[in-house]
Amino acid sequence: MKPSSFNYHAPASVNDVTALLAEHGDDAKVLAGGQSLVPMLSLRLAAFEHLIDLNKVEGLAGITRSNGTLRVGAVVRQAVAEHSADVATSVPMLAKALPHIGHFQIRNRGTVGGSIAHADPASELPAVALALDATIEAAGPGGTRQIAAADFFVSTWQTALDEGEILTAVEFPVWGPGSGFAVEELTRRHGDFALVGAAAGVQLSGGKVTKAALGLFGLGPTPLRAAEAEAALLAGADAAEVGRVAASGLNPLDDIHASGAYRKQVAAVIVRRAVQAAMQEAGA
Amino acid sequence: MSDEVIVKLNVNGRDHKVMVEARKLLSDVLRDDLHLTGTHVGCEHGACGACTVIVDGAAVRACLLFAVQLEGSQIVTVEGVTPGDGTLNPFQQAMQDCHGLQCGFCTPGFVVSMTNYLDNNPNPTDDDLKIALSGNLCRCTGYRGIINAARTVAGLPVPANAADGSDH
Repeated sequence: MKPSSFNYHAPASVNDVTALLAEHGDDAKVLAGGQSLVPMLSLRLAAFEHLIDLNKVEGLAGITRSNGTLRVGAVVRQAVAEHSADVATSVPMLAKALPHIGHFQIRNRGTVGGSIAHADPASELPAVALALDATIEAAGPGGTRQIAAADFFVSTWQTALDEGEILTAVEFPVWGPGSGFAVEELTRRHGDFALVGAAAGVQLSGGKVTKAALGLFGLGPTPLRAAEAEAALLAGADAAEVGRVAASGLNPLDDIHASGAYRKQVAAVIVRRAVQAAMQEAGA
Repeated sequence: MSDEVIVKLNVNGRDHKVMVEARKLLSDVLRDDLHLTGTHVGCEHGACGACTVIVDGAAVRACLLFAVQLEGSQIVTVEGVTPGDGTLNPFQQAMQDCHGLQCGFCTPGFVVSMTNYLDNNPNPTDDDLKIALSGNLCRCTGYRGIINAARTVAGLPVPANAADGSDH
């Protein structure tokens, strides 16, 4: 239950991080909050010769609002984002997802960027990023680039980040007035990974849904965008119908926590609840 | 493979200098190097909360941090949450009064977590308390006494008849 030996690096700049990654390649791993990585190291499910700590890197810790987006730096703690007035007013879906993550002691250390880069398909923040069409900012040896969330999540724990690249920030679009958001999930105990979860956003104009976002988690190898269910929502379907449409396209696998058939059935209920709550908040 | 590194830590208001491998967990440094054995190690992968300590004002799992990361941080362990005059802090006293412990293994984690939580959230609801307590596991008490201890400190009603089922 102890991690294997590694060399610890605490670089001060993103350039130093990418230089270290270029030097050590596969033998190096970046460490942000460590709430997923350190257990994997301790259980010897993973081992690296070099750990590169991002916590002292300049420029990765801020939350800034500009031009219709909220930029959350890679090492912003989940607890900081959870209690941020900027997050609550600008990206309510993110604010509502955060309390579902682990426990307050975990969120005191865990980071928003780390959760998204870790890309666990049962975790909340990747689904939020996907539902909201967030943009992931990545830095590598060649500079920075923007990756659409739709292109970012490749498979379980796998992202579009190249070897040698790190996530430096996530930019969430800010929705306008008349919007409502909800995050619903089923867990055996509070703080567990979700068996099934949904993040919903709607914007209403004249009583009609003019914008819809629906991200699902715990239901496939990546977070999923429920595009057909979003279309149904835009076409005026009620929440129960949206739930049925969302579930109909799913083929979740069995695991020790729940069967795929059970997950699929529960998905319709969770989506219905999330859509109902989002609609209510939007003023429907 | 990796050399030992010198790390300066401030624990419970005292400066310490330790020479440790980079892979050494904060929980092990506290126990083995600083002999602060009040921090208990249960699951050692972040699930049980027995090793909870306060780092720069925030309760965290000591088993999910490397001591080498914490140069310059202020760390408070269970040994440091008491007033220092031989009395107990309000949550510790309430744990005793409400019979919130049996074997005591998990108790330091609960004490550190809830001392930190109640400092930052002096007016929680009953549901807030249950959620706040969910990050620590206890295998003896069934949690009733622990929840009642938290209720006592928060000024919330404590059910008179613990067996009436109203508490679930």
